[in-house]
Amino acid sequence: MAYISSGVACSHVPALGVASDSGISGDDYYSPIFKGFEFSKEWIAKEKPDVIFLVYNDHCTAFDARVIPTFALGCAAEYTPADEGWGPRPVPVVKGHRELSAHIAQSLILDSFDMTIMNEMEVDHGLTVPLTMMFGQPDEWPCPVIPLAVNVVQYPVPLGSRCYALGKAIRTAIESYPDDLKVCVFGTGGMSHQLQHQRAGLINAEWDERFMNLLVNDPEKGANIEHIEYLREAGSEGIELVMWHVMRGALNENVEEVHRFYHVPASNTAVGHLILENR
Amino acid sequence: MAIKKIYDDIPGTIVFDSDQATKGYYLNQFCISLRQAPNRDAFKEDPEGYIDKFPMSPEQREAALTQNWNLLLELGGNIYYTSKLAAYHGINFQNLAGLMTGMGADYRDMMIAGGRKIDGNRYKSEWEDK
Repeated sequence: MAYISSGVACSHVPALGVASDSGISGDDYYSPIFKGFEFSKEWIAKEKPDVIFLVYNDHCTAFDARVIPTFALGCAAEYTPADEGWGPRPVPVVKGHRELSAHIAQSLILDSFDMTIMNEMEVDHGLTVPLTMMFGQPDEWPCPVIPLAVNVVQYPVPLGSRCYALGKAIRTAIESYPDDLKVCVFGTGGMSHQLQHQRAGLINAEWDERFMNLLVNDPEKGANIEHIEYLREAGSEGIELVMWHVMRGALNENVEEVHRFYHVPASNTAVGHLILENR
Repeated sequence: MAIKKIYDDIPGTIVFDSDQATKGYYLNQFCISLRQAPNRDAFKEDPEGYIDKFPMSPEQREAALTQNWNLLLELGGNIYYTSKLAAYHGINFQNLAGLMTGMGADYRDMMIAGGRKIDGNRYKSEWEDK
C-alpha cells in the first residue's frame, strides 16, 4: 500500500528560482538561504520518495481572474513550467502520476472535498522553486509530482482548518492506493510577507516562529488561526501559509522535526523551511 | 446584509476580496494579458488602443496609463496582476514595493535589516499620527 513518510514546508519566493537559474545562488545575498537547504538536499536524497504531493498556489499563470478554483488537483501526465512573463524557467518538465492522481481525486470527492480536476496545467514558480530548493539543478526531477493548487490570491482563501482536514483526507486517499509507494507531502508558500501598498515589506519573525512551533507541536490549534490574524500579523500575502496546514494534516499527529531553517529576507519575504518525519 | 470587513482597519493594505475582484476584473485581465509577448508588443505600439479593449473605468484606465500603483490596488487591482504591468515597464517586485511605499531605494535596505516591523503597523489608528 502507498503511505506518507514525511512532510516538507518551504517558501516559494520567485527570486530564489531566478538566483538558481542565473547562477548567483552563491553570492552574499543568496548563499545564506541556499546553505539552509544543504541539509535538505542530503536528506531527500536519502529519503527517496516515490512520489511528491506538492501543495502550492498558482500566481495568475494557469488561472487568471477568469477561473479561480479553491482546490485544483493535477491529474496530468506532465506539467510544463510556464512563461510568467520573462520566459519559462530552465528547469525539467514535471512528470505526474496519473493513476495516483485519479485515485486521490475520486477518494477526495467521495470524502466531501469537491475538487477541480486539472488534466492539463502549466506550473509556475510556486511549484518549481520548492523543487529547486530541495533537489538543486538535476537534468530530470527524481520522482513524479502531484500538484495541488490552492487559491490564496483572491480573498477569502480556504480556512486553515479546512486545509488541515483536506490533508487528512489526502492521507486517507493515499493510504488506500494499492501500490507500494512512499509519498512525501510538500506545503509551500509564506512566510510573513506583504507585497502590496504602503505596508509592503512587513515581516514578523516572532509570529513566524510561533506559527512553526504550532504547526509542528499543536497542529489543530495552528489550523484554527483565523484569517484576520494572518492578514494583520503576517501580511496580506502571508495568508498563503494556510497551505502548510494541508501538508501537516497529511502527517501523523506526532512528528519529528528533523530540520528547521528561517531567514530574512529573500526579496520581500521571510523564508521558512521545515522537514517533518512521521513518528 | 453586506459582509463585514474586519480587515479594513489594517493600515496600508488593500485586501483583494470579492468586491475588489469584481471591481478590478477588467483591469486585472488587462495587466495579466501583458504576460504574453505579442500583447506587450501591441500595447507598446498603441497603448490607448490596446487598453481600450478592456472595458475598465476611466479612473482605472488613467491609473494604469500613468502607473499610479497604489491607486490601481485601491481600484480593484491585485498585486500579482499589477506586477505584470510593472514588469512591462522594467520594474521588478522589489522596486515596485519601493514605489508603493514611497521609500525608493531605501526599501531594499529595510528588507536586508529585517523588514518592516509589526509593532506600530497593525492598526490604522497607529498610523494616524504619522
